[in-house]
Amino acid sequence: MNKTSVTDKVKIAQRVADELQDGDVVNLGVGIPTLIPDYLGDKSLFLQSENGLLGIGPTPPDDQVDMDLISASKKPITMSPGASLFSSSNSFAMIRGGHVDVAILGALQVDETGEIANWAVPGKDILGVGGAMDLVAGAKKIILSMTHQSKDKKPKIIKKLTFPRSGVRKADMVVTEQAVFKFENETMILTEIAEDFSIDQLKESTEANFVVSPELKTDY
Amino acid sequence: MKKLRTAEEAIKKIKTGDILLVGGFGLSGSPLTLIDALTEHDARELTVVSNNLGEEGRGLGRLLVSQQLKKAIGSYFTTNRDAVKAWAANDLEIELIPQGTLAESLRAGGAGIAAYFTRTGVGTELVEGKEMREFDGEPYVLEQAIKGEVSLVKALKADSLGNLYYHKTAMNFNPEVATAGDLVIAEVDEIVETGDIAPEDIGTPHIYVDYVVLNDRYIKEGGRYIEQNVGYR
Repeated sequence: MNKTSVTDKVKIAQRVADELQDGDVVNLGVGIPTLIPDYLGDKSLFLQSENGLLGIGPTPPDDQVDMDLISASKKPITMSPGASLFSSSNSFAMIRGGHVDVAILGALQVDETGEIANWAVPGKDILGVGGAMDLVAGAKKIILSMTHQSKDKKPKIIKKLTFPRSGVRKADMVVTEQAVFKFENETMILTEIAEDFSIDQLKESTEANFVVSPELKTDY
Repeated sequence: MKKLRTAEEAIKKIKTGDILLVGGFGLSGSPLTLIDALTEHDARELTVVSNNLGEEGRGLGRLLVSQQLKKAIGSYFTTNRDAVKAWAANDLEIELIPQGTLAESLRAGGAGIAAYFTRTGVGTELVEGKEMREFDGEPYVLEQAIKGEVSLVKALKADSLGNLYYHKTAMNFNPEVATAGDLVIAEVDEIVETGDIAPEDIGTPHIYVDYVVLNDRYIKEGGRYIEQNVGYR
C-alpha cells in the first residue's frame, strides 16, 4: 500500500534530531516528531509539552503509568530532572512569547515561500486546531517534519496552499524522506537530497519551485 | 468544612442555558464526579467551554450522551466521534479557538481584562471578522475574555479553607477556569487540614473556590481513574 514505511519516518526523525542543539527548548508535534527523542544521542534538550510541562522524560514502564502526567498526545510520560509544571495559560505564554527555540510540526502542505497548512482539510469537518496556530505564531524556529507526498501520492510541497493556512508566520526548514529544504527570503532552497534520488525525480514529486544550493549534499 | 457539598447539592446551582467553564485536557484533570452528577440534573441547553469534550461516553462526552449541550467552545473536538456526529447532525454548535487563545481568554476573564491582542491565528479562518491592529509593524488580532456562570475544576487536594493543590499535568486549564466563573465548584480526591498544603504549593487560593466536592466515585488504580460502581441516590 501507500502507507509511509517505518524506515522513512525514522529517517525523517533522525535528520530532524541532527538539527537540534544541546540545550534547545523544543516542542514536538504529534506524529513523526514524537519519534525524535529516540535519536538524540548525547544531546540534552528541554522538551516542552503544551499541556503544562517543561522537561518531558522517557516513556514510563506500564507499572509506573500516571495519567495525571501525560503528553499533548495524551500518552503517559515522565519528567526529567529539573522539570517544571505550569498551567495552560503559562504554557502558551512560553510558546507565544518566543521562549521556545524550536517547534517541530507535522504539515499537510507547505508552499514555496514556507507558508504552512497543518490544521484543516477543505471539505472535511474542521473541529480541531489544538496548539498548532500558537506554535506557528510563537516558536523561534519552525521545522516541518513530513512525508514528501500525501498517502494518495499528491504533492504536499506546492506552489500555493490549497488548504487553510495556520498563520502568517513561515517555516524555516522542511525535512522529508526525500529531501531537506531551507527557506531564505521566501525562497525554497534544496540543501540535501536522498541517495538514489535525482533532482529531476524530486521535481516530479515536488510541485513547488526550489533553488538548488551550491553546497547540495547528495548522501542524505 | 464550610464549603463542602455533595456533588448533587453543588451541581443543582447550574441552570438551563448556563455557560460552564470546565478544566481538563481530555480526561486528565477533568472533574469526572461533577460531570456525572450533572448528567442526572435537569439543566439543559448548556454551553461548555473546555479544551475538548472528553472521550466518547467518558468525562464531558457524557453530556453529549445525555443531550444537555447546546454549544461547545474549545480547541480540539476531532477525537470524540460523538461530538463530530452531534455537530454534523446540527445537534451541537462548535466554536473552535486556538488552544493558547482559549487559555489566555479564560485567564483574562478571571483577571478583569476585557480583551487582548495576540498574534495567534492572524491570517487564518479562525479570526475572520475580528478586529486587527499593528504593533511594532506586526499584525495582531483582538480576542475577547471568556467568563461563565459556573466553573468546574479538578484538583488533587483541597484544604479546609478551599485552597487547591493540583497534581502534575492534571493542572492544565484548571487554575484559569477557577478564576473565570461566577460560581466555582472544585472536585478533589482528598481534603486536608488548613496549613497542610504549603503556601507555595497552592495552585488556586481559596477565595476563588465556592464549593468543594469530594470525589467518591473514581479511584486511582495503576495510575488511571477507575469508575466505581456507586449510585448517587
